[in-house]
Amino acid sequence: MSLKTPSVKVCDLDLHFGDIKVLQKLNLEINHGEFLVLLGSSGCGKSTLLNCIAGLLDISAGQIFIGEKNVTWSEPSERGIGMVFQSYALYPQMTVEGNLSFGLKNAKMPKDEIKSRVKRASEILQIEALLSRKPGALSGGQRQRVAIGRALVRDVDVFLFDEPLSNLDAKLRVDLRVELKLLHQRLKNTMIYVTHDQIEAMTLADRIAIMKDGKIMQLGTPDEIYNRPQNLYVADFIGSPSMNFFKGQLKDTKFTFGALVLPMGSYSFKNKSKLSEAIIGIRPEHIITGELAKKATVTTNVKVKLVEPMGSDTLVYADLLGHQIRIRMEGNAKVKSGDILEIGIDPARASLFDSKTEQRI
Amino acid sequence: MLNSNKSEVPSGPKPKKVFSRSNIIIYGTLIIISIYYLLPLWVMIMTSLKGMPEIRMGNIFSPPLEVTFEPWVKAWSYACTGINCDGLSRGFWNSVKILIPSLILSISVASVNGYALANWKFKGSEVFFTILIFGAFIPYQIMIYPIVILLREIGLMGSTAGLVLVHTIFGMPILTLLFRNHFAAIPDELFKAARVDGAGFWGIYFKVLLPMSIPIFVVAMILQVTGIWNDFLFGVIYTKPATYPMTVQLNNIVNSVQGVKEYNVNMAATLLTGLVPLAIYFVSGKLFVRGIAAGAVKG
Repeated sequence: MSLKTPSVKVCDLDLHFGDIKVLQKLNLEINHGEFLVLLGSSGCGKSTLLNCIAGLLDISAGQIFIGEKNVTWSEPSERGIGMVFQSYALYPQMTVEGNLSFGLKNAKMPKDEIKSRVKRASEILQIEALLSRKPGALSGGQRQRVAIGRALVRDVDVFLFDEPLSNLDAKLRVDLRVELKLLHQRLKNTMIYVTHDQIEAMTLADRIAIMKDGKIMQLGTPDEIYNRPQNLYVADFIGSPSMNFFKGQLKDTKFTFGALVLPMGSYSFKNKSKLSEAIIGIRPEHIITGELAKKATVTTNVKVKLVEPMGSDTLVYADLLGHQIRIRMEGNAKVKSGDILEIGIDPARASLFDSKTEQRI
Repeated sequence: MLNSNKSEVPSGPKPKKVFSRSNIIIYGTLIIISIYYLLPLWVMIMTSLKGMPEIRMGNIFSPPLEVTFEPWVKAWSYACTGINCDGLSRGFWNSVKILIPSLILSISVASVNGYALANWKFKGSEVFFTILIFGAFIPYQIMIYPIVILLREIGLMGSTAGLVLVHTIFGMPILTLLFRNHFAAIPDELFKAARVDGAGFWGIYFKVLLPMSIPIFVVAMILQVTGIWNDFLFGVIYTKPATYPMTVQLNNIVNSVQGVKEYNVNMAATLLTGLVPLAIYFVSGKLFVRGIAAGAVKG
């Protein structure tokens, strides 16, 4: 298989449920060995897209390729995919071994081959000791490992994950996230991963596709998504606490917001237009405080209204010209409400959006 | 020391009074209602163990002075219905011959029906399901004569096979509803996982869903066994004397107008007829609970 052809390719995919258009003219190409995360709030169509790729939903129009094969009409089992579900979906009446070998038995694989594959998968996931147990006797993390194992034994090129960590408690989720990343580095399979958790998306992904209303809003590396969001939705969606937005006027390279004028000379414009109405987005962690604030391109004073200490950092809600501004400071910052805080803004790290089209300028 | 003394400071489990007012009311009510419901059974069992002379003395509540099993033997093997004098035994075996195929046929068809309707939605499956369920609300009496014609045309009128067919058809709406709702409650992802694993329609049904659905099959079995065994109407209409089920034969014994009314034989015959559903309740009730416990897999 040549590496030039994408591992998974979705062409002009449409999916309707009656009159409801869930996916519209969706195009997506995923490279070999890439970890792609589909990110979006609930109802954005990300799980639906994954189910279409898996062949669990009949599509209304378009084509799907896996490897070089057109699998648009293929059964899920013929597509060369393995899938892991949020609720684990283990067969409750089979042992772990039975769960792992079920797909292979259905494919009428020789017994020796099944045995060696189950052995290999259980070694990779460290579940050898659990092989004779039933899913009911396993913990959540163990169950999800078995579910991953079930995809692993199939020895496929493409792994599909449908929010696999959402049912686990917070600590286990972080542990398994790391394991999953290590697994990907080791196996180098193509992985498509659906989640609504942006931390998972940022940490795991080679590329992230942010979806809304059945469309991909932006497809890019975590760095691009975070630092150069292509539209207002992506900018607002990624980052916690979310970006600060201020509406103002853009003239030449000056952004005016109330009494504040920001020279945007250092900002890399996507397309220079003569727009006047614009929205500026500034991440709370990109606002400079303390001694460095004085040296920033723009310096101003804000009145602190609320302080949320979070240990590793401190979140400050302040008032900037009648608008609320969120500022992330370091954990040991000594601020209390009522203080006047000097802040600095670096226009190069800000994002500008057209206030009509909500696209990046 | 602290425990044996009446400690004044409340500590540990709260002491319970056995003869509290609420206990007396609850248990008193329960005992009275139990007696009320069990009394007829008591009368039946006692009467069935008495000889006719003792019955004529009255005292229907008193236990037999002289216990005899003769009425049970007579009811089973030589009570007369019309010209036949071979007791209920023939009816019992007829009922078994009706029950077993009806049970297997109706449950297997309805479970596959329910599975297809829940998991393999096709165009119009909801309409199909609605029509099927509508069948559960149509009084049986309306369909009696059309079915007579139907059975006559396909040559099954009066045969056991005909009655099996009738029971299968009439069991279909409620059983399909039961199975469909059960399969619909099983997480969809399990079904998807099996499809990714390459299992087809029957593979998923037999290997994944069936093993985890034993309790619902037991429920369906209880419903069908009691329903079919206790059926009188279809039995009397769609079969002939040689293939009458037990209930019809019981009626013929109890309602025969010739000779002496043998209350002891009638009571024994009735108890014999009721024994099968009763046994099913006792046996499968336990199985049912065990089945639920075994199938309880979280997540």
